[in-house]
Amino acid sequence: MTENLIDIRQLKKYYPVTGGVMRRHLADVKAVDGVDLAIRKGECLGLVGESGCGKTTLGKTILRLHGATSGRIYFAQKPERIEEIETGLASGDTRVRSKARSQLRGIDLASARGRTLLAMRPRIQIVFQDPTNSLDPRMLVKDIVGEPLVAQKLVKAADLPARVQELLSIVGLTRDHLMRYPHEFSGGQRQRIAIARALATNPEFVLMDEPTSALDVSVQAQILNLLKRLQHEFHLTYLFVTHHLLVVKYISNRIAVMYLGKICELGPTPEIFDRPLHPYTRALLSAIPVPDPESKQQKIILSGDVPNPIDPPAGCRFHPRCSYAKEICRTAEPPLERVAGTERTVACHRWREI
Amino acid sequence: MPQDTLATTQDLFTNFYTFEGVVRALNGVNIVVRHGETYGLVGESGCGKSVTVRSMMRIVQAPGKIDSGSIFVFLNPEDRLKAIEIVHRSEAYMESIRGCDISMIFQEPAAALNPVLSIGEQVAESYRFHLNDRMLEETLKALEGKRGHGLQRALFRRELAAIHRRDARLQRIDNELYPLDGRDDPEARSRKAQLSRMRDRTGGTDALVQVARRFPFLRLYRRRLERTVHGHVVELLRSLGIPNPENVAERYPHELSGGMQQRIVIAIALACHPTLLIADEPTSNLDVTIQAQIVDLIKQLKKTAISSVLFITHDLGLVAETCDRVTVMYAGDVCETAAVKELFKRPLHPYTKGLLNSVPKVEQAEELAMIPGAVPNLIAPPTGCRFHPRCPSRMPICVTEKPAVVEHTADHWVACHLYPKAAGSERSDPERSGPHD
Amino acid sequence: MGTPVQTVTPPKVHPRLDEFLFTARRFIKNPLSVIGLSLILVFGVIALLAPVLEPPKYPDSFKMPHSGWKIEPSPPSAEHPLGTTQQQYDMLYGMIWGTRSAFKIGVLVVAANLLIGILLGAVAGYFGGAIDEIIMRVTDVFYAIPFLVMAMALVVAIGRGLKAVIIVLIILEWPSYTRVLRSDILVTRNKDFILASRASGASHLRVILTHILPNAMYSVLILASLNIGATILTAAALSFLGLGSDTGVADWGQIVSMGRNWIVGAPGNRFAYWYTVFVPGFVISLFVLGWNLLGDAVRDVFDPKVRRR
Repeated sequence: MTENLIDIRQLKKYYPVTGGVMRRHLADVKAVDGVDLAIRKGECLGLVGESGCGKTTLGKTILRLHGATSGRIYFAQKPERIEEIETGLASGDTRVRSKARSQLRGIDLASARGRTLLAMRPRIQIVFQDPTNSLDPRMLVKDIVGEPLVAQKLVKAADLPARVQELLSIVGLTRDHLMRYPHEFSGGQRQRIAIARALATNPEFVLMDEPTSALDVSVQAQILNLLKRLQHEFHLTYLFVTHHLLVVKYISNRIAVMYLGKICELGPTPEIFDRPLHPYTRALLSAIPVPDPESKQQKIILSGDVPNPIDPPAGCRFHPRCSYAKEICRTAEPPLERVAGTERTVACHRWREI
Repeated sequence: MPQDTLATTQDLFTNFYTFEGVVRALNGVNIVVRHGETYGLVGESGCGKSVTVRSMMRIVQAPGKIDSGSIFVFLNPEDRLKAIEIVHRSEAYMESIRGCDISMIFQEPAAALNPVLSIGEQVAESYRFHLNDRMLEETLKALEGKRGHGLQRALFRRELAAIHRRDARLQRIDNELYPLDGRDDPEARSRKAQLSRMRDRTGGTDALVQVARRFPFLRLYRRRLERTVHGHVVELLRSLGIPNPENVAERYPHELSGGMQQRIVIAIALACHPTLLIADEPTSNLDVTIQAQIVDLIKQLKKTAISSVLFITHDLGLVAETCDRVTVMYAGDVCETAAVKELFKRPLHPYTKGLLNSVPKVEQAEELAMIPGAVPNLIAPPTGCRFHPRCPSRMPICVTEKPAVVEHTADHWVACHLYPKAAGSERSDPERSGPHD
Repeated sequence: MGTPVQTVTPPKVHPRLDEFLFTARRFIKNPLSVIGLSLILVFGVIALLAPVLEPPKYPDSFKMPHSGWKIEPSPPSAEHPLGTTQQQYDMLYGMIWGTRSAFKIGVLVVAANLLIGILLGAVAGYFGGAIDEIIMRVTDVFYAIPFLVMAMALVVAIGRGLKAVIIVLIILEWPSYTRVLRSDILVTRNKDFILASRASGASHLRVILTHILPNAMYSVLILASLNIGATILTAAALSFLGLGSDTGVADWGQIVSMGRNWIVGAPGNRFAYWYTVFVPGFVISLFVLGWNLLGDAVRDVFDPKVRRR
């Protein structure tokens, strides 16, 4: 069994909403509400969903850019070990639970802090959506790309310039680009600089948070091809977060669809596109504008707006907008169940019938 | 000029005089929008599609200026061939067209709505500004047969009379002004300037009404008029598929979602039943499912309320789904214009081909093709054809000479040296001839 | 596909030098900023050359010489080019050596304010939460303290003199610097490049020093440059009220204070002693004007919207 590079169990990230005179805790924005996700080593997993679904929050929580409310993020652990700890955590005996919790130290990203967290950082990196904002406008390119190495003292000062130059050439830039400010470059070039920075520490996992959404169409193709090549060359694992379904189809091996903080469908890319099982996935796929005037695709127009993560609907979160909703969908939340004979999982009560 | 042209630009040059230099945003742009069609304007950032439509609406922001070229609109329902040249028209005339005959909706609905006014007030603004006479007539009709309200009736009648007087005056001025459009001799020019000034100064209000509107308690008489307008507003919101329109009219923009806000913006744009709706990337900021809703709405409206739609986008999928004809622009140049099916099946210009190949499709077998390089800086744009530094089919002539627009096949126009104007099969270029052909 | 995307010419000069020259050029183009800078430079030169222009008569160079003990001021003459004020203190001496006091007050106060403001503002803005609350409430308390009451209390505690004035001004001005920097930091800290830096493993200190401060400094610097003039005016006011330097010390406010009884002259000749108030007042105005023009120019040059960078 291929090892999972990242194994996420029951991850939750809530943002408290305070209000009133005494700043009482009124409610929680349940951005990520219990996500189980396994990212295999060497794959590109696409994470799609619309605004408010929590995909960006999930990515940033994996990167520990903010702490998780609860849950575990196992990094590069053997599956047996993970199962052992998970059963320990779920047991009724307090002593077993606390023993399991103590075993989490050093392997769980969600609860790591201080030096343990710092030790894990070189192995996970991120490329942001907007290259204008993700590069410090007052720093030179060479300092931007070299920062991860300097901050963690990974490279001797004498070797730094060579390493920076090497990184730039990997992404297709030259040494003439070293001594310049980011604003002198185009969007595509800035994104390349951001990618070079992400690769500086030789990471194993890179989170791509909508890396091409802010770029022009012709540049998007350049960056996507570059990312593909880099993945093969350096054996990277990607989590590709985006709302653009055709892009994710081009670059990912598997796709996970998120809605309102939970995963509703997961599976290999071609199978998801050929036969989407969850009604939301179907609507999402049908809504993609196809660049072919001859195609006569019937669009599924969903009614209503994307709901608010503060107060998700009871039962299945999608039921207010779902045309197949039945009584059970209004009351019971569907679990993520595996489709027999495939590697797909789907969270819907009625997926067999529709 | 094709018979059913609604709006057209000819050799439009718009420049921005900035601190860093002159940005040559439009490099001789020719587009033709016809009645009853959805016209797509496609291109990447910096290609000039937004600048083109803003020039057409004359809302180019300083330091931008329309330096040369002409823009014609054909808005007269009786006389479809009556061209009105609008580059040199007065601002007052443009104000009467904007929102009324030609409406525009923008990319960010939240930015297009005033956060301190309620939705109802903002939609009502369109009615009050453009359709004031109709609202007054309706109010007066509602007052018929009711006893009393003598003062209200008198004030409304005076206001309506003032508007009618102004319209008559404007009509007289226009009757003299339009025939002068084609002439360019000094006498015509001075007369045109004089008439434009007269037009600007024509007011449409009555002094007594002005006083009554500002008098503290007296101005309550306008409530009846506002109720009439409000009724129209609610009807309009309902027709756009907004649930609970009375409630929504009381709310403020920040209380609504992005999709709803965009519907409100469309409502404001449609209040006066414009002939042309210009949509500048209306769905780029919205989710895919909401985008489908809005695109569906615009398609429906085109059947009932609007005549033509000018749809600006960078998403080729949207173009394939919604547009009848499309123009591809690059760095201020028009590359290719054709019917949508024709463009996707037989793209001629190398940029169009590159663009179509670099968009991921559902059946994407091989690697995405790329267009090397980046969009040029328009302060010092490339000479000749602006695409030549990135063109795989570059020829020596492309560096020096800008290609002319040629009708390569029926109604399929392209500006590229690969398709020169062949002698013998040369067709006249209707898009470039004047309105009096 | 390791081919370069777009060749770009390497910069001819070091980019930081290039930016400095760009800023300098923008600065010089504005005539008002040149005037402001010249004024300050003139004053600066006078301050530097004070011992040369007016050699001190006493060991404490700031004690003004006075020729005679007549109380009534003498008008400008060959012996006293700017006249004398009450008790025959030579005003020319006062003006020249007063430049030094003015610079001392202005620079020390603003520098100290900047330091405190940056320290507290950065900590409050970056870390947020409880630390932010505490610092902001302390700032509020200091805002609420009435200025003159505090000044008088401090003078009683420390004693009269320039030191008291400087301390009072530092205590009263630092809240605004803190607030301004904190608001800039609140905007900057959510930007993606800060998150990227944290993801790269940078410590909080490193993030603050290399990323946040260079990007959030502009408003505070503009505030500082505009504030020097106001600080000096306030210092002069304090001295006028008698809370500053002792009588006879070369300090412009102090000199105005000495002219207090002579603002209105004898019934027949109301403006007999115009020079006692006009001379120091004019010099103060010129000095403050110079700093204000300079501050405006700094703001114009550094305003991110105007910089177009």
